[in-house]
Amino acid sequence: MTWAPAVTDLEQLKNHPAVARLLAWNSAAVQEAKFDRDEMTIYLERSAIREACALLKEDPPCPFNFLSDITCVDWLPSEPRFEVIYHLLSIPKKERVRLKVRLESVSPVIESVTSVWPGANYFEREVYDLFGVRFAGHPYLRRILMPEDWEGYPLRKDYPVEGYR
Amino acid sequence: MAHMTPTPVLEPGQDRTMILNMGPQHPSTHGVLRVLLEIDGETVVRLMPDIGYLHTGIEKTCEAKFYQQVVPLTDRIDYLCPMTNNLCYVLAVEKLLGLEIPPKAQWLRVLLNELTRINSHLVWLGTHAMDIGALTVFLYCFREREEVLRMFEMVSGQRMMTSYFRVGGIALEPPLGFFDRVRDFAGYFPEKVDEYENLLTGNPIWGMRTKGVARITAEDALALGASGPTLRGSGVDFDLRRDMPYSSYDKFQFKVPVSQEGDVFARYICRVQELRESIGIVRQALDGMPEGPIKADAPQVVLPDREKMKTQMESLIYHFKIITEGFAVPAGEVYQAVESPRGEMGYYVVSDGTAKPYRVHMRAACLANLQTLPTMCEGRLLADVVAAIGSIDIVLGEIDR
Repeated sequence: MTWAPAVTDLEQLKNHPAVARLLAWNSAAVQEAKFDRDEMTIYLERSAIREACALLKEDPPCPFNFLSDITCVDWLPSEPRFEVIYHLLSIPKKERVRLKVRLESVSPVIESVTSVWPGANYFEREVYDLFGVRFAGHPYLRRILMPEDWEGYPLRKDYPVEGYR
Repeated sequence: MAHMTPTPVLEPGQDRTMILNMGPQHPSTHGVLRVLLEIDGETVVRLMPDIGYLHTGIEKTCEAKFYQQVVPLTDRIDYLCPMTNNLCYVLAVEKLLGLEIPPKAQWLRVLLNELTRINSHLVWLGTHAMDIGALTVFLYCFREREEVLRMFEMVSGQRMMTSYFRVGGIALEPPLGFFDRVRDFAGYFPEKVDEYENLLTGNPIWGMRTKGVARITAEDALALGASGPTLRGSGVDFDLRRDMPYSSYDKFQFKVPVSQEGDVFARYICRVQELRESIGIVRQALDGMPEGPIKADAPQVVLPDREKMKTQMESLIYHFKIITEGFAVPAGEVYQAVESPRGEMGYYVVSDGTAKPYRVHMRAACLANLQTLPTMCEGRLLADVVAAIGSIDIVLGEIDR
């Protein structure tokens, strides 16, 4: 079994419920989309993330009512450096979608989605703790896994695997 | 240690409340969970979990290892369900590679995963009952758990840190006598579940401590990201094994237990029913076990047989290359979720085309489930906090990674 090449043409992908919903709402917010290995990825404008999440959560034909996960990838040295990744799941339709937002390395800030899903609280704190990405509007943005006065962000690529000694 | 500042800070809200610190060394916190409680007499006004005491940076370590070297790390995340972690990780890498897994390996994976679920639920049931005061159940549960661990030792050589699955299949054929032993266990285990239920389900004291305690509605549980029995106990009928099947789960028949009440008792009933369903799946896997290879036909990924290495030059070269340089995985990203005993466990693996993963992220079911604790406990009695912590079945190793 080998996978077919990734589809990145928005025209071919607009039948997917999440892509269709977001394009109908604000086509300028959708930067690109990718269908690879049976998984759908949508790249969004940074400013659109919270509203896009709220929209997909309440979308009547296919409500993505469950936030599986929020995480981040550091693409040092390329710019934009960070990708914040949201995995949404539609329990009624058994469908997944991955939303991505790219962030510059200088003061990475993104709007918090805790007002849409209170469950985003710990996930966003974890991303802040390990990558240093800040979430505007988060109710309690403090370190969660590392000690409070830890210096640096361990999962960044310029942080040594064995730490600073 | 200098960096051990007391976080998070919880200030008393009113004059009549006080702050109570519970944990991290508290027997009912199932590891090293610290809970800060603001109490008004016996009533919990606010609750705040503090985690991170077991953080070992496994996600960072993964980035420095070859793909096959990550498997033993995944055991250590959730030490009560090592095989589920192994499965989730290897499925993610196999999806990146586009590997086809032979049916026998898939069946074996299902069999071992359900034994893992039984193992995990038995530890949960024993400790949860002990927290609430039913000490006997612990001894009963650990009696059967011991047998499961012995079976794990039989196939993998290890009782807990099994590392038995490989990218592309299973490490070794199970030894002679393994299937008979599992069949024997599957034969008498349902009676043992009856024994646990005799001790608890109809017990009035157990009922008083669990019924109507630590309630959570389906809406709250969904919004907070809860999954697994914590979500099904609130009436949401969703199980990844049935609804988004992986590793041939679609070929097995089983029911997904759901309770509507959303209290500690509902979650207890869900898990006990799951014990019975799991042993049913184990029996189906034994009966329908296909013949054939246990490893995929992919010499650049799967280690060759020992015998072939001694007789065939090519196998020896592949072995040397996999051990010394690993195997390259095509660039891309995959999110693979499986139903662990605690809920949706997900592995997000990003490859940049080299032999080491660029990023491995684990979606810990317990981390999300723990967020339901304040909703369950606030406004209720202090003694119920212990019952609530037990009922969401947390493993701190998975939360902190």
